[in-house]
Amino acid sequence: MSVETSTAAAPQEAKKDGLFSKKNRRVLSDPLDDNNPVTVQILGVCSALAVTVQVKPAIIMAIGVTLVTAFSNLIISLIREGIPGRIRMIVQLVVVALLVTLVDQILKAYMFDVSKKLSVFVGLIITNCIVMGRLEAYAMAQKPWPSFLDGVGNGLGYGIILVVVSVIRELFGSGSVMGLKVVPQFLYDLGYVNNGLMMLPPMALFLIGIYIWIQRARNQKLVNVS
Amino acid sequence: MQHLLNILIKSIFVENAIFAFFLGMCSFLAVSKKIKTATGLGIAVIFVMLLTTPLNYVILEFLLKKGALGAIHPSLATVDLTFLAFILFISTIAGAVQLVEMVVEKFSPGLYNSLGIFLPLITVNCSILGASLFMQEREYNFAETAVFSLGTGTGFFLAIVLMAAIRERLRYSNVPQPLQGLGIAMIITGLMALAFLSFSGIQL
Repeated sequence: MSVETSTAAAPQEAKKDGLFSKKNRRVLSDPLDDNNPVTVQILGVCSALAVTVQVKPAIIMAIGVTLVTAFSNLIISLIREGIPGRIRMIVQLVVVALLVTLVDQILKAYMFDVSKKLSVFVGLIITNCIVMGRLEAYAMAQKPWPSFLDGVGNGLGYGIILVVVSVIRELFGSGSVMGLKVVPQFLYDLGYVNNGLMMLPPMALFLIGIYIWIQRARNQKLVNVS
Repeated sequence: MQHLLNILIKSIFVENAIFAFFLGMCSFLAVSKKIKTATGLGIAVIFVMLLTTPLNYVILEFLLKKGALGAIHPSLATVDLTFLAFILFISTIAGAVQLVEMVVEKFSPGLYNSLGIFLPLITVNCSILGASLFMQEREYNFAETAVFSLGTGTGFFLAIVLMAAIRERLRYSNVPQPLQGLGIAMIITGLMALAFLSFSGIQL
C-alpha cells in the first residue's frame, strides 16, 4: 500500500545490461534490507505475522511467496502491453490466483502436514500486498527479466523477516529450532521455563516493531519513510 | 439462534480478524492515521464483506463442491472443483467490488466521494478473502456465513477506528525517532492484540 520510489525508475537504460549487471544486482539486493517489503514498504504484513510460530512453516511460506511474486511479476511483465487499464486488477488477480493454486496443490500433495498448519494463509498469498504491490509498482512498467529479479528479491526480503521472527519465537517459545531441541535439558532442570508469550500472536507484532526500530536506528535515511 | 449469536460475538471479539489472525494488516496500518478515513474504510469493508462472502458461499455450494454439478447432468456428479476455489473467490471479490464502485458512483455520488477511494483498496484486503477461506475451511452453512461475515467486518471496523484514535493522540507523545511511524504502530497493535486476548477467556 505504500509508495514505491527508488527502484521503479528509467526502464530504457536497462537495454544493454547483461543478465547480472550492477543495476540488476541492485534490483535483487535492495529489497533485502534498504527497501524491505515488510519493514519499509509496509507490504505483506498479514501473513508475516501469522505463520511465524515455528521456523519450518515460515520457510515454506517464504519459498511460496518468492515463487509466486517472481513468476507473477514475470508473466504480468510479459503481457503488460495487452492489459486494458480498467480491468488490470482482475487480470493480475487471476494470474496470481493461478500461481497460488499451483503452490497450494503442490503443498497438499507433498507436504500435507505443513499445508494443514498454514491453513488459509497459502490462499491468502493472493491478497498478499507484496505480490500486488510489486505488480503495480514494478512489473507493469518494466522488462520481464528485471521484473523477475525484483520478484525474487522482494520474496527473499519477506523471507528474511519471516525467518528472523520465527527463529526467535520458536527458540524462546518452545526451546527448539526447526523442531530440533536447542535449549539443553539441564537448563529446564535448573528452572528455565519456555516463554509462553512468544507463542501468542501479539509477540510477532512486538518483534517486527523492534526489528524496524533496530533497522531504522542503524540506517538513518529510512527514518522518515512513513 | 444462540449459536448464531455466538459466531457473531466470536468473530468480532475473540477471533478478531486483525488481532487474532492479522488479516487486513496492510490497509489497517496504512489507513489508520485519521479517524474519519478509518471510519470510511471500515464501513466499506463491512459492506463488501457482507456482499462477497455469502456470494462465495453460493458459488462454493452450488458450483464447486463434489456432487454440486450433478444437478446439471448425472455424469458430472463425481466432479470436485474445489481446487478452483481461490481463482473463483478472488474473481468474485474483484468483480463485486468493481460493480459496487460503478453502482455507487452512478446512483449516490455523495457516498462515492466518501467511500469510493477505498473500494479498490478493499479488493486486496486480506480480511475479505480470508473470511471466504475461513467460511470454506469451517464449513459454515448460509446463515452462519452471513453472520460470520458481518462479525468479521465489524471486528475490522472496530479495530481500525480504535487504532486511528490512538494514532491521532500519538502525535503528542515523545516517541524515539527511529521507532516513529511504522515501528510504534506495530507495537501498539501488539498491545491492543494483548488486550483483545482477554476475550479468549469467554466461554461460548
